[in-house]
Amino acid sequence: MTFDEIYRRARTQWESQYTGEIPHVLIGTATCGRAAGSMAVLEAFKHEIEGKNTRAQVSEVGCMGLCSYEPLVIIIKPGDFSVCYHHVTPQVVPQLVQGYLLGDDACLELALGTVAGGGGEAVYIPELERFNQETRLLLSQCGYNSPLQIDHYIACGGYRSLSKVLKMKPADIVRIIERSGLRGRGGAGYPTAAKWQFCSKAKGKQKYIICNADEGDPGAFMDRVLLESNPQAVLEGMAIAAYTVGAHEGFIYIREEYPLAIERLRLALVQAEAKGLLGENILDSGFDFSIEIVRGAGAFVSGEETAMMAALEGRRSWPEYRPPYPVESGLHGSPTLVNNVKTLAYIPQIIEQGDRWFRETGTKQSPGTALFALAGKLNNTGLVEVPMGTTLETLIYGIGGGIRGDKKFKGVQIGGPSGGCLPESLLNTPVDFDSLKEAGAIIGSGGVIVMDEDNCLVDTAKFFIDFSQRESCGKCTHCRIGTWQMLDILENITTGKASVADLDLLKDLAEDVKSGSLCSLGKMAPNPVLTTLRYYKDEYQAHVLEKRCPARVCKELTAYYILPEKCERGCDHCVLACPVEAIFSDDKGLKVVDQAKCTRCGSCELVCPVEYNAVVRLSPVNLVPPDRRTRPETTSKEL
Amino acid sequence: MTLRGAQPGGNLPGETLSRILIEERRHTRHLVDILQDIQAAEGYLSRDALLKVSEFLDVPASAVWGVATFYNQFRFSPLGRHPVRVCMGTACHLAGGRLVLEAMSRELEIEIDSTGEDEEFSLERVACIGCCALAPVLTVGADVYPRMTPPKVEEILVTIKPAGASKNKEKRK
Ligand SMILES: Cc1cc2nc3c(=O)[nH]c(=O)nc-3n(C[C@H](O)[C@H](O)[C@H](O)COP(=O)(O)O)c2cc1C
Ligand code: FES
Repeated sequence: MTFDEIYRRARTQWESQYTGEIPHVLIGTATCGRAAGSMAVLEAFKHEIEGKNTRAQVSEVGCMGLCSYEPLVIIIKPGDFSVCYHHVTPQVVPQLVQGYLLGDDACLELALGTVAGGGGEAVYIPELERFNQETRLLLSQCGYNSPLQIDHYIACGGYRSLSKVLKMKPADIVRIIERSGLRGRGGAGYPTAAKWQFCSKAKGKQKYIICNADEGDPGAFMDRVLLESNPQAVLEGMAIAAYTVGAHEGFIYIREEYPLAIERLRLALVQAEAKGLLGENILDSGFDFSIEIVRGAGAFVSGEETAMMAALEGRRSWPEYRPPYPVESGLHGSPTLVNNVKTLAYIPQIIEQGDRWFRETGTKQSPGTALFALAGKLNNTGLVEVPMGTTLETLIYGIGGGIRGDKKFKGVQIGGPSGGCLPESLLNTPVDFDSLKEAGAIIGSGGVIVMDEDNCLVDTAKFFIDFSQRESCGKCTHCRIGTWQMLDILENITTGKASVADLDLLKDLAEDVKSGSLCSLGKMAPNPVLTTLRYYKDEYQAHVLEKRCPARVCKELTAYYILPEKCERGCDHCVLACPVEAIFSDDKGLKVVDQAKCTRCGSCELVCPVEYNAVVRLSPVNLVPPDRRTRPETTSKEL
Repeated sequence: MTLRGAQPGGNLPGETLSRILIEERRHTRHLVDILQDIQAAEGYLSRDALLKVSEFLDVPASAVWGVATFYNQFRFSPLGRHPVRVCMGTACHLAGGRLVLEAMSRELEIEIDSTGEDEEFSLERVACIGCCALAPVLTVGADVYPRMTPPKVEEILVTIKPAGASKNKEKRK
């Protein structure tokens, strides 16, 4: 079949579902949707439609990036608005089916807004504040087209670039990528064209290409969403890259913790092969390219390219000194191109729309968009795609909708364990590769975690060092022992055992680890510590000098205290909730926390009825009045 | 070779193993893949299975052991019937995941990253499972429990295993 035939068939199929006579129900069943219960919603729709007089179809789709609204459902109705519903439960499904699918009531009270066909009375979702500030290149099809049906992808322009490229000279393809200014999205921002150029020039009988889908940052999930929502774009990008550099075998190294992404990728591969878009003699061009999916086994360092190749060879994931770079000598000693999922997913669009088009978005040095996983204390969390150069402020206040509740912003950690934590004064920093680096953070994996006054920055730095220390592969001394020692010092600071000299020691050590480590795991690991020391020195000093944790998070420096003036004598909530029987009543029937027994689990604070709000956290611990610290011998009767 | 720390196996039928150890995979580059399949079938990597792999690939058992222990995914003792995983990713940590993990450990009376003696529950910490918007989260088997708190831990344990659940509560009475 020629590509045009493949396209025409796909288009007919797609149009019948999206613009035809039949209503179409789209249900977001990516991992985040499933966690919120979308599989039950899917079943409910199938059940409800069965036996009704409608030919309505139900499709599973990926993720729109609106994690805090899941489960999401879109109903596409011929000749009427397409409406998107949020927080859908199986209980409301009959109402939606009767109301909108079969009837004329759009059930707007359950809707987030309309998707296509204009707004009418409802909100038109693309005009929502947050979407206004987004530019969706990679996410444009996510949550709308089905990742389970290759026809959806092809119908919306997919694989056209591959068919075009197969008639081009590799050097011309490299030139388009070069002019587009695309930089790798795996963290370092290395120019993609340069890598492709080296690899295509490299001598070698066999060449490989690897798609890096290891996504090891414990707070990032953009690659997962892309693979679960639009896997074909990544496969097409890989095929184009392979043709350009002259590789015939490709690997997708994906973390084992993403079972759904693996399942959808597998299906996508089978479908692409069946259409002759991958495999032997692709589209009659004589070019062969096959892809194998390899599951990672849970090691952060495997995301580093040389370590990944060791893993692919069945060895421990130990990084190697570079040079030689993988493009010269990589997997099994052959030239190997390693690119991130997002980098590859941009490729088909850049070929299709041209390098000028790509440069219209973003900044001069960092063209295109950036994908971020917004999480933490924000009103709107989820996945966002913004032009490079958007400020942190827009990201947090514009798209993220600001801080949840009436709390105060404290800091934003960007780039995960390799990134840094930035304070309010730096909110005008544009997010692009170079500006963030200057501020001490990195785009890295794209995890953005917003912290408010209830988060302790020292504790956060400790969390990341703990992560890096666990994940250090042990090959080089600076990283292996340095991170361990840093964790030790941070442990002392958060438990009130550190001295002022320890702060200087911590900084020196951090700088040594940064300069002395073999790979970027160790080189970047000190970033969370260095940035917090730089921007939040006072918070460290409070821990060390006053034994006080300003956010009242560090357990050893914090006490739970029940305000006698607020406690209600008849209420026993905290007593029942306390797992260690640390709460007793004083002679007036008011509750007291026995500090010696308390494990600071926080249960009492959570269960204390809001109308009393009697449980508070105090730091330093000596703020607890001496007469309300332990159970006096005489009142130790059973409650 | 004793492979200190690995438990003897026995519950992996020979035919399952021979379905995993096929000729096309007789190369060390398939080692991790093979181990993953064995763990999926057996629930963990037993000493017997590891020794068979070493024989099959013709590499020293110590090399197989070295690779297996390097990766976080591999276990050398079985999981509980209800495997509990508490997310310790960034978002979950900042939302109080540690308190949830500790509450779980306390309620189940098992150490973090271990399996209870009756093999009913096991408790592990995991890094981000991609549900950060619902932090803090934990999973029991395939079920995801969003927005957890220590008091909620008790509640879900009661629904999973009515009898033996809240052991602490029993004692308190
Ligand atoms: C510790 C460590 C972890 C990494 N993890 C990832 C990852 O999860 N995904 C990724 O694409 N790149 C990761 N990288 C970067 C890769 O080494 C490599 O630079 C990247 O995959 C190249 O792709 P790009 O040119 O498309 O950016 C990591 C690097 C280090 C040092
Ligand atoms: S940090 Fe727990 S799900 Fe992401």
